[in-house]
Formats: sequence, C-alpha cells, structure tokens
Amino acid sequence: MARLEDLTLTHRLFVANYPFRKVDWAPGARLAKPLAKSKLALISSAGVHLPGQNPFDLGFRGGDFSFRVIPNTFDVRRLKISQRSSDFDQTGARLDANLVFPLDRFRELVERGEIGELNHRHYSFMGSISAPGKLISHSAPRVAEMLRKDEVDAAFLVPA
Amino acid sequence: MCNQSVGLIAGVIEKAGIATIGLSLLRMVTERVRPPRALFVPYPFGYPLGKPNDARLQHRIIRAALNLLESAEELPILQNFVAE
Repeated sequence: MARLEDLTLTHRLFVANYPFRKVDWAPGARLAKPLAKSKLALISSAGVHLPGQNPFDLGFRGGDFSFRVIPNTFDVRRLKISQRSSDFDQTGARLDANLVFPLDRFRELVERGEIGELNHRHYSFMGSISAPGKLISHSAPRVAEMLRKDEVDAAFLVPA
Repeated sequence: MCNQSVGLIAGVIEKAGIATIGLSLLRMVTERVRPPRALFVPYPFGYPLGKPNDARLQHRIIRAALNLLESAEELPILQNFVAE
C-alpha cells in the first residue's frame, strides 16, 4: 500500500489537515443478480482520455471535476493520461494502461463468463481534486444518471 | 486526492442504486471517506492493479475486489488485498 510517507512533505501536511468529504450512501445497493449476468462499467481517476478528447485542465483551481467517456471498444494502448498529481508515478501506466484502467482484464472476464457484459461506455476522471464540491454535486451524479440509463448493475472504480 | 475522489464518486453512484467497488491505495484516506466497498492494495500511487503487464496479478486483484461486490456482509466493507 502507498503510505503517507510516500507523499511529499507538503502533501503530507495537506492530507493531515484536510477535511475529507463523505457522501451519505446508506443503506447502499446490492447486486440484484449474479456477476455472470451483470453489466459492469469501469471508472478511473487516473486522468485517462482518448487522443481526440480535451485533456483534463491541470491548472483548474481545486481540480478539474469533469469526466471523459471511454467507449468499451477502445484500444487501451492508445489512451492518453493527463494528471495533475505529482504523487502519481505514470511510468507503469505508460507501459500498460491496464494498470490504471484494466479494460483488457475485464474483457477477459467476460470471455470467461465470470461477468455478464461490459457497458458500451466507461468513465474517466482526473482524481487530483482538492475541492470536490462540484464533483459531488455535478459530475458524479451525471455519471450515475448515465449508468442508470444504461442499466449498469455495478461500477468498478480505480484510483491512481 | 485520487482515493478521496474515487470514494466520493462511489458514494454518489451507490446512492443512485448501483452497487460499487473501488480499489484504494491509501487506507487512511479511504477510511475517512468511507465508501460502501473498498479493497486496499499494497502498491504505490500509479500502480493500483499491482504491476504493468502482469495479467495474472491484475486478475487476482480484480477477483478479490469482485468478491467484496458479491458479499452479503454489512456495509461498508473495507478489506485488504493479500498479495502472495
């Protein structure tokens, strides 16, 4: 696991004093059917995006809370990364984007019959957001709404 | 901050009635954000699925996380991934 000590001193002091936010999700949702019949979507906060999409705005005050849609058919080897966090070492992800956006692994799970299907689209955020108000009030609910519209059964989230 | 963002997004989606599971690289942050389900992985920032080009390890991590998604235990479920 990454440790607090892995952060730069400035970031460590920031985290120690930061008023972390919470979302009241109670009572929670349960899978209504077996995984082998469920539809899943991936959500990454690594800042991945398609070559043709606008990169995340790394200068946005408080952190860019927007998201990008990644089509299920997209070749992960062509994904780009724009990420503000200096703690996120991108070396591994540039060798293998599945390290932060494991779409190939999920395709294999579908082929093996362990997961019913993947949604036709997935979502990408740039997780380095120190002021997450708009993330909670705007972009995350928008993604939740699209997941509902697509009748997705479960979301698999990956930080970076 | 990535770990907070993932926890918050998970909370919003779960509230909308869709089950979520998230990986976490920083236990201390995720325990404070308290998403419905999280699997703590013992890897550095930028390496949530363990190692690049190691499909076997990546599958083990995903499987462990999916087990939490299928679990009927009381929420939140926050567990460690145990590497071999």
